[in-house]
Amino acid sequence: MTTSAIEDLLRELTPQVLGTLVRRNGQFEACEDALQEAVLAATVQWPAEGLPDNPRGWLMTVASRRLIDQVRSDHARRERESATATEVVPEDVPDTDDTLVLLFLCCHPTLTAASQTALTLRAVGGLTTAEIARAFLVPEATMAARISRAKQRIKAAGSSFSLPEGAEREERLRVVLHVLYLIFNEGYTASSGSELHRTDLAHEAIRLARMVHAQLPEDDEVTGLLALMLLTDARREARTTASGDLVPLDEQDRTKWDRALIDEGTELVKASLAGPALGPYQLQAAIAATHDDAATAAATDWAQVHALYLVLERIAPNPMVTLNRAIALAETEGPQAGLALLATLDGDERMAGHHRLLSVRAHLLEKAGDAAGAYEHFRLAAKSTASIAEQRYLESRAGRGKMSS
Amino acid sequence: MKFLISMHINPAVLDALTDEEKAAIGDGHGAFIEALKKSGELITTQALVDPSQAAVVSVRNGQPVVTDGPFLEAKEYLGGFYLIDCENKERAIELATQIPDTAIEGLGVEVRQVMFADGQLEA
Repeated sequence: MTTSAIEDLLRELTPQVLGTLVRRNGQFEACEDALQEAVLAATVQWPAEGLPDNPRGWLMTVASRRLIDQVRSDHARRERESATATEVVPEDVPDTDDTLVLLFLCCHPTLTAASQTALTLRAVGGLTTAEIARAFLVPEATMAARISRAKQRIKAAGSSFSLPEGAEREERLRVVLHVLYLIFNEGYTASSGSELHRTDLAHEAIRLARMVHAQLPEDDEVTGLLALMLLTDARREARTTASGDLVPLDEQDRTKWDRALIDEGTELVKASLAGPALGPYQLQAAIAATHDDAATAAATDWAQVHALYLVLERIAPNPMVTLNRAIALAETEGPQAGLALLATLDGDERMAGHHRLLSVRAHLLEKAGDAAGAYEHFRLAAKSTASIAEQRYLESRAGRGKMSS
Repeated sequence: MKFLISMHINPAVLDALTDEEKAAIGDGHGAFIEALKKSGELITTQALVDPSQAAVVSVRNGQPVVTDGPFLEAKEYLGGFYLIDCENKERAIELATQIPDTAIEGLGVEVRQVMFADGQLEA
């Protein structure tokens, strides 16, 4: 078995083994530490000595042994804490879905988004602390502290290892989906730095979204999120040049788009829109599908894109959505209509000095024939972004405008 | 998100502080570093030697020209920095307010997001 096949297997087994461990022993944080050690041992031993007959059982045994060692060495300390700890050891329930329970726990509302993503990648994604640290470009010690702090918070919140019920379950599922979306975005568009794609994180997010979708096939927003990821990831190859420069949607070589991903994503988005609930991920996926469906940029069904943004704006009002609707409106009714809609965002504090507002305005000014205004706004937008790839692109757009004026 | 919090210090201001006040600054930085380490937000922090020790380097016609620093003749100079990784700009600013320098008239702390990073982070 190759190293990467072993890694895939370990990632698949991690949430299963962790779920069973926590059901048997309680103490999510201690089980998680013990399993992480077992996984590290497996990454060393399995490639060298061959795969054990029962990899899942091997991980269970090694992790349980580590857990017992830990309990012994922590005994005195644990004695003191046991008076306040509220750990209930649940019965072994074999058929319940531990992956979901783990996800809900890792996306606990008391944690910051950065902690939720890190913990999710480790406890559910099966990544090592070192791998997560590399993906987020921070030292391993920083990431280790963040994960440890997150687990302490969950413990302090007194969470039980079970799925929340009713409205709370709905609310927590939205947090889970948001965390998966953040992981995907971090991989797809690095929030800072010169590297535009961090492929592994995007693929990891898709893998996790597939897992959730397999557990909750009836949830239209889960389906919508998976579709959105696939339809976005399908354009990955076309999104940058060989030298790492950004290629905007209307200039991408559409033959480089991944047809299989587009087909799968389109099927999923159709299925989700046919369902009873309509949510923001489904609408964003439908917009992505509309773009992916056009053979050329000119063939884009902008009226449909605009209509979808209008619905999205109604159910999930957000200045970013209005911004995107302005682009679609400019395509259907002309740049002045788009600029008029943008003007409604000028008083919005969330958008003040935002590079997206500046660059969209620049784009629409250019379409309206105002070369000087476009140049000025592209320059301002280039100064406001924290992404080098985006900055290079915006500077080139400014330069292009200057030459033609 | 990564941010650099740079500390711009003024020797005249620092010299005018009492020993207790100077010690409080040192203790404040110590406590700040510990808290940042525990929360998993510290990447690294460094303090720099006095600007009188700086060399200003330029190359003219292919020849290096080295003069005694600092580069800028100013009352304030870069004394050190924190490189942090945190949730957002609001959090970076909240963290910056915990740096003892911010409470002293004449000392400046600046927060800027990092745009590019490379190299070994583990010192």
